[in-house]
Amino acid sequence: MQNLRAQINNLSFAYGEKPVLNSISMPVHEKKITAMIGPSGCGKTTLLRCFNRMHDLYTQSIKYEGEIILYPEGKNILSSDIDPMEVRMRIGMVFQKPNPFPKSIFENVAYGLKVRGVKKRTFIESRVEKSLVQAGLWNEVKDRLHSSATSLSGGQQQRVCIARALATDPEILLLDEPTSALDPISTGHIEELISELKKDVTIVIVTHNLHQAARCSDFTAFMYLGNLIEFNASEKIFTTPKDQRTENYITGRFG
Amino acid sequence: MEVLLTAKQNQDSANKDLVTVDLVQLKKRQLMNQVFSVLGLLTLLFSILVLLALIWDLASTGAPRITKEFFMQFPSRIPGKAGILSAWVGSFCVMIVTALCAIPLGIGAGVYLEEYARKNWFTHLIELNIINLAGVPSIIFGLMSLGFFVQKLNFGQSLLTAGLTLGLMVLPIVIVTAREAIRSIPNSIREASFALGASRWQTIKHHVLPYSSGGILTGVIISLSRAIGETAPLITIGAVTFIAFLPTSPVSVVWPFINFQWLKDPFTVMPIQMFNWISKPESEFHVNAAATGIVLLGMTLLMNIVAIFIRYRFRAKMKW
Amino acid sequence: MSQKIVLTHFSAPGSRARRWRWFREKFVEFILFSAAASSVLVTAGIVWTLISESIPFFKNVSLWDFITGTEWTPTFENAKFGILPLLGGTFLSTFIGLIVAIPLGTIAAAYLSEYMKPQVREIVKPILELLAAVPTVVYGYFALLFVTPLLQQLFPQIQGFNILAAGLVIGFMIIPYVSSLSEDAMRAVPNHFREASLALGASQFQTTIRVVIPGAFSGISSAYVLAISRALGETMVVAIAGGNQPQLTMDPTQPAATITAFIVQISQGDLPHGSIGYQSIYVAGLTLFVITFSFNVLGLWIRKRIQEKE
Repeated sequence: MQNLRAQINNLSFAYGEKPVLNSISMPVHEKKITAMIGPSGCGKTTLLRCFNRMHDLYTQSIKYEGEIILYPEGKNILSSDIDPMEVRMRIGMVFQKPNPFPKSIFENVAYGLKVRGVKKRTFIESRVEKSLVQAGLWNEVKDRLHSSATSLSGGQQQRVCIARALATDPEILLLDEPTSALDPISTGHIEELISELKKDVTIVIVTHNLHQAARCSDFTAFMYLGNLIEFNASEKIFTTPKDQRTENYITGRFG
Repeated sequence: MEVLLTAKQNQDSANKDLVTVDLVQLKKRQLMNQVFSVLGLLTLLFSILVLLALIWDLASTGAPRITKEFFMQFPSRIPGKAGILSAWVGSFCVMIVTALCAIPLGIGAGVYLEEYARKNWFTHLIELNIINLAGVPSIIFGLMSLGFFVQKLNFGQSLLTAGLTLGLMVLPIVIVTAREAIRSIPNSIREASFALGASRWQTIKHHVLPYSSGGILTGVIISLSRAIGETAPLITIGAVTFIAFLPTSPVSVVWPFINFQWLKDPFTVMPIQMFNWISKPESEFHVNAAATGIVLLGMTLLMNIVAIFIRYRFRAKMKW
Repeated sequence: MSQKIVLTHFSAPGSRARRWRWFREKFVEFILFSAAASSVLVTAGIVWTLISESIPFFKNVSLWDFITGTEWTPTFENAKFGILPLLGGTFLSTFIGLIVAIPLGTIAAAYLSEYMKPQVREIVKPILELLAAVPTVVYGYFALLFVTPLLQQLFPQIQGFNILAAGLVIGFMIIPYVSSLSEDAMRAVPNHFREASLALGASQFQTTIRVVIPGAFSGISSAYVLAISRALGETMVVAIAGGNQPQLTMDPTQPAATITAFIVQISQGDLPHGSIGYQSIYVAGLTLFVITFSFNVLGLWIRKRIQEKE
C-alpha cells in the first residue's frame, strides 16, 4: 500500500463570485508523480496554487471550502490557523515561464535557505551543489556559479528554478506546466529530470501535454470545468478511461 | 500620380468633373502637408534657438567672471569682489537636508502604494492627493513652511526649514518615479520569492528595492535638480539674501565632534544670490548674476545627464 | 543538518515565533503606510496654514472689498486690499504664456510624434525637455536683460519692466509641459487608426488633425491643464522682469504684479508677524491655491470624462 503525502477533501474555491473549483477530492501519493490534465480553464492551475496558498497573496479574506491534509502531520494546510508562509516553506513550486531572479545562479539556488536564516557558508555551498546536481545542471554551471542566471538558456533557467525549489528539501514539489515555454529538446531533458526526481520528492504536475502525462506520471487526474472527472493510475486513465469525457479529451475530440 | 489621373481623365469623360476636382483637392492637400511639416520643424528649431539664445546670453555676459575667486569669495558690496561661496555651500547643505527628507518618505510611500495598498477609497485618496501636490505652485510650499515650520515649530529661518520645504515640494516626483520603477518589476519574480517561503518584507528587501534602485535613484537626482534651482519658496521662508558667512561646520575637534548647529543657521542658496544680484540696478552685479546662472545651469544640466545615464545603465542591466 | 532548514511542524497561531513574525511584518507595513500618509498630511498642512493665517485678515477686510477691489496697496498708510490687480497680472502673464506654449507645444508634439524619425526624436525630445529644466531665476534674468531690450527695439514704448516679456518667457518655459505629454498621448494612439486613414487616401496632415489629435485628446487636455497650472504658479520670471506694480491693466507693455511676485516682494521685507500686511500674503496664497486646485480638479475631471467615453 502506498503512503499518502496529502489528501484533498471536498475542496471548493471561488474567485470572488465566480466558482472555479467544485468539491474536489483526490489523494497525492508519497514519492510518486501525480499529473493533472484537462482543457484550458478547467481549474488545474488554480488547484495547484491552492497547495501552496498562492491565492492568499491576492485576496484579503480568502475562503477555502474543504481541506487539503498534509501527512504525516495530518493538518489541513488550508486552515486559517496555519501561516501560508510556513506552507510555502514545506511545499515548493516551479512556474510555467522560467523566472530566475536577476542575480547569480548561486544566489538564486541559495535564496530559499537565505530567507530561512541559514548563515553557514559551507552548508549553503554544499546544498547549492546538491540541488544543482539533482537538477542536472551542476556540470554545466559549476565554473560560473556567480554569473547571472538570466544569461542562461530557457531550459537551463528552468532547471535553475527547479534546483532553487529543491534546495530547501520540500515535501511536495508543484510543477505548473514547467515545459510549455521551452523548446522540445529542453522539454525532453526536463521530463527525464522529473522522472529521476520522484525518488527524492513527491511531485504534482499540471500539464497540457498529454504525452508528457502518459509518459512520466504514476497517477493522473482529469479535470473539466472545475470538477474532477476521473482519477486513477496513469496507465489505466490512458488505456481504459472510465468516463466518456476523459476519453474524448484524451483522444483529442476536444480540448 | 498625375499621369495616371490624366489617363483616367481621358478614359472617363463622363466622370471628368469628378476627377478634375480630385486633382485640385489633391494639390491643396499635398501643399498643406508640406506646409505643416515645415511649420513643425520650424517650431522645434525656434524653441531650441531660444534655449541657445538664453545660454549664449548668460555665457557671453557671465563667463569672464567665473574664476576660482568667484567660488571662494563671499558676497560683497563691491561687485568685482563678490563671490558665491556662501551660496554654493548653502545650496549643498540644503540639498542634503532635502534629500534626507524626500528619499525615505518618497521611497516608503512608493513601496507602500505598490506592494501593500489595497484598492480602497483611502488609497485612491492618497493617489489623488499626490497628483494634486505635484501641481501646487512652489511658493505655496514656502507659505506653508513659513506658517508651520518657522512660526509654529520654531525651526526659524534656517537650513533645516529650507531643506524640509524643498523636500516636501519634490516628494511627489520621488513617489511617482519610485512607483514606476517598482511597477516595472514583473510579478513572476515576486511569486517566485513567495513560493520559496519568503515573507512580504523579505521579498521587498531582497528583490523589489534592489531591482528598482536604479529607477529610484534617477528620480531622486531629477528631483534634486529641480530643488537646487528653486528660489520662491526659500525667499518666502525668509532666506536672507546677504549672507557673508558659512553655516557652522558639522565636525569639530572637540567633543562631541559632530554637531547639528548648522541646521539652525541662517543661509543662502545660489538662486537667491542670483536673484539678489539681478535686482540691483548696477550692471556689474548683473555680470555676477549671469555667472551664477551659468553655474546653476551647469549643475542642473549635469544632474540631468547623470540621471539619464543611470537610467540607461540600469535598464541595460536588468533583464527579466 | 536538515533540521535547520526543513520545517517539520506548523507553528500554532499563538506561538511566540508566529507572533513575532506577525508583529515584524505589521511594523514594516505601518512605517511604509506612514510615509504614504505623510503626503496627505502635507496637503492638510498647506490648507490649514493658508486658512488659519487668512482668517484674521477677513476680520478687518470684507470679502466683498477683497474680491472686487481694484487697488492692492497693503503696505500703504491707507491700505487697500482688492485682489483684482493681482488676479489681473496673474491671468495676463498666464494668458500670454499660453498663447506661446499651446500652439508651439502642440505643433511640436505633432511633428515629433507623426513626422519625425524615431532615432532623431530620441535626441530632439530630451533637448526640448531641457527648456523645463532651466531654473526659473535664470529665465527671469533672460526676460529682463535679453527679451525686454529686444522687445524695446521692436516696440519702443515698452517699459523696462513689463508683463509681455515675462509672459513670453513663461510661454517658452512651459512648452515642454505641453509638448512632452501631448506627444506621449499622440504616440499612444494605435497605429491601425493612422493606417485606416492613410489607406483611404488622406494626407499625413489630415490624418494627424482628424485622427491622431482627437484620439489623443484626453492626454492633450491633461497636458494643457498642467501647463496652465504651471504658468499660474510661476513666480521668479515675473518677480524679476515684471515690475511688481500691482495695477489693474490689460496692457502687457506695462509692469504689473502677479499673486506670486507679490508674495515674494513682501517676504523680502520686514513685515511683523500678525500685521495685516503679513496676513495679506497668506490670503493671496490661498487665492492662488484655490485657483490652481480648481484647475487640477478640472483636469482630472476632463480626463475621467474622456476616458469613460472611450
